[in-house]
Amino acid sequence: MKIFLPLTLDELWAFWDKMPEAGIYAGGTDFMVKLREGVLKPTACICLERIPALKDIREEKDTLLIGAGASHTTLLHHPLILTHAPVLAGGLRVLGSPLIRNMGTLGGNIATASPAGDTLPALYVLDAQVILADAHETRMLPVSDFILGPGKTALKKQEIISAVRIRKTAPDTCSHYEKAGKRKAMAIAVASLASCLRLSLDGVIEEVRLAWGSIGPTIVTLPQVETALKGQRLHLGLLKEVASIVEEAVFPIDDIRASAVYRKTVAGHLLCRLAKFSPFRSEGA
Amino acid sequence: MKISFTLNGRPVTRDFPPDRRVVDVLREDLGLPGTKEACGTGECGACTILVDGIPRLSCLMFAAQLAERDIITIEGLSPSEESLHPVQAAFVEAGAVQCGFCTPGMVLSTVHLLETNPQPAREEIREALSGNICRCTGYQKIVDAVELAAERQLKEGKGE
Repeated sequence: MKIFLPLTLDELWAFWDKMPEAGIYAGGTDFMVKLREGVLKPTACICLERIPALKDIREEKDTLLIGAGASHTTLLHHPLILTHAPVLAGGLRVLGSPLIRNMGTLGGNIATASPAGDTLPALYVLDAQVILADAHETRMLPVSDFILGPGKTALKKQEIISAVRIRKTAPDTCSHYEKAGKRKAMAIAVASLASCLRLSLDGVIEEVRLAWGSIGPTIVTLPQVETALKGQRLHLGLLKEVASIVEEAVFPIDDIRASAVYRKTVAGHLLCRLAKFSPFRSEGA
Repeated sequence: MKISFTLNGRPVTRDFPPDRRVVDVLREDLGLPGTKEACGTGECGACTILVDGIPRLSCLMFAAQLAERDIITIEGLSPSEESLHPVQAAFVEAGAVQCGFCTPGMVLSTVHLLETNPQPAREEIREALSGNICRCTGYQKIVDAVELAAERQLKEGKGE
């Protein structure tokens, strides 16, 4: 089988045009496994790891533009990510293992579209726009419209994820990412939560964005929960109350990692962790 | 497909099937069985190699991806046949090796760790080695070995 390593996007499109059935990958951490399992049977493969244009990380006015080919390790150490997207750094920190992070890419984590993808909850709360390119044009979709189901995306034939645009997090934002799994490294999440919230000086929640992983077929956002929190003073009592709304609103599955009931409970408990940002520690504890 | 790369400091140019996994190229075609294969899916770290100095999983790479890269395997670490790399020596002294199957990957991940973080805390060592699975040691002695190697590297750096 031929393996093609284009150095530019033009080389990529030209080869893909000649070999339309070629499989495409970046880090290979998911693709190579599926290939070996026989799930994928491409006639040729295209590896994106040598295209510098896909690795650029740039600051814009209110957003960051992240090349889809940037590795998780690169992003995890990048000052722009650490400063302007700490919740994404939180997701990257618990993704796979250092070895997987050295190989895997942000675009790959999105394309795999696992409900447990560790960057995805963070991308949802950061209003990520997925930038897609083919030989002729580029288009942009919100990540929540791009991911359609487990392993299913809106990616068209001969199209790649070229970059991701995320909203910069305001400096006074409380960012939190937590993953519950059976062990710390190389564990697929049982449930995870990405959250960004802004508090007034007297501890009232002014803005809140939440996204859960591994408790539904795709990343779960719950606008009714965000509404219930907004305008309230942040303390554990409030979070416990709202956690029960979470438990009723989500419908996770039973699988080898955890039961549905356990996942519901963890989804609620993860919300309660936000009490650490409360200026009223003693209340409702 | 003719592929040229640097392997353990020496240039290699040879014909390989481009879709052969790097772990098979190393072990079977080039006779370097120090790189191990256990899970074949990127979860265990036994097949760790250094690619341009960065630890990667050779079971998840095609031969074509070797082109123009600088590859270090466990065989290329020690300065000679008779001597050990300081990290290897520390593993031996600390008793960090039992069956030895994870050791090449552990050692290569450690070499990279100590290059980027010469004084890691125990927790940082655990994190850096978290993609390398050991089923014998319980990890304590591996962490001890990395601490020992770090201490020595620091002393040598100071010329003591």
